[in-house]
Amino acid sequence: MSTRTLVSPLTLGRPRGRAVYWTVFGGVVVLFALAFLFPVYWMVTGAMKSPDEVTRTPPTLLPDHWHIGGYTDAWDLMDLPTHLWNTVVQATGAWLLQIVFCTAAAYALSKLKPAFGKVVLGGILATLMVPAQALVVPKYLTVADLPVLHTSLLNSPLGIWLPAVANAFNLYLLKRFFDQIPRDVLEAAEIDGAGKLRTLWSIVLPMSRPVLGVVSIFALVAVWQDFLWPLMVFSDTDKQPISVALVQLSQNIQLTVLIAAMVIASIPMVVMFLVFQRHIIAGISAGSTKG
Amino acid sequence: MKTASKPPAVLPPAAVGAPEAPRSAGRRTGGPWRRRLADQFRAYGFLAGGLLCFALFSWYPAIRAVEIAFQKYTPGSGGEWVGTANFTRVFHDPEFTAAWRNTLTFTLLALLIGFAVPFVMALVLNELRHAKAFFRVVVYLPVMIPPVVSALLWKWFYDPGAGLANEVLRALHLPTSNWSNGADTALVSLVIVATWANLGGTVLIYLAALQSIPGELYEAAELDGASLLQRIRHVTIPQTRFIILMLMLLQIIATMQVFTEPFVITGGGPEDKTVTVLYLIYKYAFLYNDFGGACALSVMLLVLLSAFSALYLRLTRSEEDA
Repeated sequence: MSTRTLVSPLTLGRPRGRAVYWTVFGGVVVLFALAFLFPVYWMVTGAMKSPDEVTRTPPTLLPDHWHIGGYTDAWDLMDLPTHLWNTVVQATGAWLLQIVFCTAAAYALSKLKPAFGKVVLGGILATLMVPAQALVVPKYLTVADLPVLHTSLLNSPLGIWLPAVANAFNLYLLKRFFDQIPRDVLEAAEIDGAGKLRTLWSIVLPMSRPVLGVVSIFALVAVWQDFLWPLMVFSDTDKQPISVALVQLSQNIQLTVLIAAMVIASIPMVVMFLVFQRHIIAGISAGSTKG
Repeated sequence: MKTASKPPAVLPPAAVGAPEAPRSAGRRTGGPWRRRLADQFRAYGFLAGGLLCFALFSWYPAIRAVEIAFQKYTPGSGGEWVGTANFTRVFHDPEFTAAWRNTLTFTLLALLIGFAVPFVMALVLNELRHAKAFFRVVVYLPVMIPPVVSALLWKWFYDPGAGLANEVLRALHLPTSNWSNGADTALVSLVIVATWANLGGTVLIYLAALQSIPGELYEAAELDGASLLQRIRHVTIPQTRFIILMLMLLQIIATMQVFTEPFVITGGGPEDKTVTVLYLIYKYAFLYNDFGGACALSVMLLVLLSAFSALYLRLTRSEEDA
């Protein structure tokens, strides 16, 4: 990219400009490494120190002896396999249901012209105005005692899955994308004898890969990172996701073991980020400029 | 479904030929109104799952919040109308004032710290021509770390004994601090955590906005003799004003719902210096078992935040129309 920014290429080309540039560049690299990478480094290596060493002052930059034991202890003592599995189940289900129900609803609102479609869309968009956390208590009461059915979804993954479907942002994102698909394409499919479901499955969805990717990432990250809602839904320790379990167990566990558990809890999200970073960063940047 | 049963003014060609065809011939040959009804059924079939979830977990709780705010409510035994008693009770709770003061202070501090810092970062990053991908990944890394982990991580850093935060101060020969354990410093300590954990997203959004500024504007300003600071003041800021405003509103809405950091790091203390409104709602519901009070507080938070949201939506919409 050669578009000019605040500082002109000419100024940068001069010896003095070049000196300033490399100084600033070096400074920013060091600053970013210290501010954002170092805490992560400290966490990963802290878990490998001995319990004495981790509380020693002044602290050691490198562990005296590398203990892998912190990680294995965390895995066993804190029952991480169970909690990680719970998180995976909760996140996967929420993602799957969101993809199925939100795409179906977005497709209907965008292409099937239901009566009162505008009213329905308005009702969905209105929920964007209501901050999610402010409704967390009445939502809890609803989940604890579903109207009509009078069953409780507490301590059940359904308590995470179903409310996750009511995601106006993702639904609107999908609807906006479907709106751009020309009607001719769908009509052509219909003339060839495809039903609505078939059209959605074989024409619309394959065309929507980019937006489905974005929605998928949003959905997975949201459930994995959430804390307050699963804290309310799962009082049963065995059913808790990793985020809730970490906080509950943090009180009476050795520091090195807790730190190791924190690292393990972060790995899936960080790995996903490193794999999909291009898409994630592009998604954030693009979403913003459109408002 | 009135619109569905109304006969169309002009019959579609396919329907004209066989208006009375038997049902067994398939839905395509049904009467026009029947076909429209079938279309409606199909459309609502696709909508059903999503609509049901919105009704149950968005619309219904919103109504319930208002309803329970005026009731004495315990789960399982229904509600009893008590007028505005919940509001007055909550209002006279000493923690009420503390919670609102803390939340507003938190939001203000988050704007001061968490707003200027990402803007300056984006401004500098936009000038750097090397290692762009590295910077973008590194700045966003904390956002991907689960909030609970960031909170626990910083709780450890803030530890008055072996915490890294005081070690750094000692190494720099500065006086140490109580950080999250000090009555004066606890709230600021939480703002630092929230900023560290979230600023990556803001930086990336700013970066995208800065990249859309036409270079000719800087060119022209420079020819007119504008200095670096003047160029920021007269070109960069006016050109990104809209994004700045949007992000500010979004940040206000987000920070006013802060919960994880005070819950995990300070537990609301010391004294009540870090109890936030959402934390108080949580306490009313799950510690005091007072769902009426919790919903009264929720409604207050809801009204305030919806005002900001409405402003946000209005502004983004008017920008889209322009």
